[in-house]
Amino acid sequence: MQNTVSAEAYVDVRLHVNGTVQALHVDSRVTLLDALRDELALTGTKKGCDQGACGACTVLADGKRVLSCLTLAAQCEGREVTTIEGLAADGRLHPVQEAFIRHDGFQCGYCTPGQIMSAVALLQEGRAGSDEEIREFMSGNLCRCGAYPNIVAAIREVAGRGSE
Amino acid sequence: MRPFEYVRTHDMAAAVALVSADPQAEYLAGGTTELDLVLKDGVLEPGRLIDITRLPLRGITCAEDTLHVGALVTMNELAADPTVSERVPFVREALLAGASPQLRNMATIGGNLLQRTRCRYFRDATVPACNKRAPGSGCAAVRGPARMHAILGASEHCIALHASDLCVALVALDTVVEIQGVDGSRSVPLTQFYVLPGDRPDIENVLQHGELITRIRIPLLPVGMRSGYLKVRDRASYEFALTSAAAALLIEDDTIVRARLALGGVGTVPWRALEAEEILHGAPATRRTFRAAAQAALRDPFTVAGTAFKIELAQRTIVRILQEASGVQS
Repeated sequence: MQNTVSAEAYVDVRLHVNGTVQALHVDSRVTLLDALRDELALTGTKKGCDQGACGACTVLADGKRVLSCLTLAAQCEGREVTTIEGLAADGRLHPVQEAFIRHDGFQCGYCTPGQIMSAVALLQEGRAGSDEEIREFMSGNLCRCGAYPNIVAAIREVAGRGSE
Repeated sequence: MRPFEYVRTHDMAAAVALVSADPQAEYLAGGTTELDLVLKDGVLEPGRLIDITRLPLRGITCAEDTLHVGALVTMNELAADPTVSERVPFVREALLAGASPQLRNMATIGGNLLQRTRCRYFRDATVPACNKRAPGSGCAAVRGPARMHAILGASEHCIALHASDLCVALVALDTVVEIQGVDGSRSVPLTQFYVLPGDRPDIENVLQHGELITRIRIPLLPVGMRSGYLKVRDRASYEFALTSAAAALLIEDDTIVRARLALGGVGTVPWRALEAEEILHGAPATRRTFRAAAQAALRDPFTVAGTAFKIELAQRTIVRILQEASGVQS
């Protein structure tokens, strides 16, 4: 495939990821997800369905949660991308990460980075008003292990609503 | 998957000129339909994608009881607009009933109008028979398992569903679509924007190649007109509709003075139920009236074994939303 691809099928893009700027020269077809994992070795963001259905690849773009599998890397020129690797600060886990550990909000862990990125955004959006609201606004993140009750508990705790 | 050239432009005229001049070029906005069909399903094979997300087509303004919404406004941005909540609340309900929070941050309003069907036969390029994908090849969905498919505006040529929730509320409101082409701009009512499949399901709307949706105009409901959107689906959230209905009613002295009704989950296009509205206008706001309207709305369906249940389900959905919007239970 490579030697049939013309120069026009490549694109230069500067990705701002977790506070650092990365210059890439990639095939136009490369998604943000593949650029993160394969070009930048940021493998925390997971590839689940790779088709916009499961939420495993959720990252923040300019502070908003999006699916990196349905975003071209080229479209992210100049946008601030935050991945699971960018949440911890000064060697301390993000409160949502700590809560997921405390509440056992995962089993296999594969969907967890996406769940946590989505939960961080959900809290910023003010959508943790009730367990029902948390479930509705986490519905774009599937967990095949079925850790949902503990995920809701973790988010509820960070939202400051304690145990209900 | 064929390679494509990626082009980003900040100039609308340049974008429209580029796509209009190149039959292989397509627009790229939120990407939630386009990239799915290009990168993942291999159903679309553009030679060039023109990224329009940096064009100045954002912003929501209100003037003379009409909401002007830029084509690049996202679903979440429109759902968060205070005028939407106050004056067309069922638009907000429809928006939040669709997709997931992540997708709603990406998907644009223009793209929502142009979203492609979720018909699995259309989205599977290894299925030979699909009149929408390969005109004249037949329709595998009519003969195969079908559940998430249309029963109104459908025929043996195509039963692919238009799966938008938002467009159901928009079509009920007589929303207008503003379109830019190389030779100028034009406006088309959403009720006339979509083309019924007939024997050419590949033609889905009135857009010519290269024409770009720039804005939509949503007429606000009169104060006092109550609206609602009801979506029935297989899961509680993050699932397409089996049936849905958007209704707005203005009731004075127990009589329906004004009614708007549209259906989702059943139409090859977002389905305005004009015959049902005629029954509602001037009629007493009773369950009996709602039932008559529901029956009128589902006249002449085209069903296959897997979709026959939708006739009754859609009628019950209509009755329920009319009850909720009117406050009349009996």
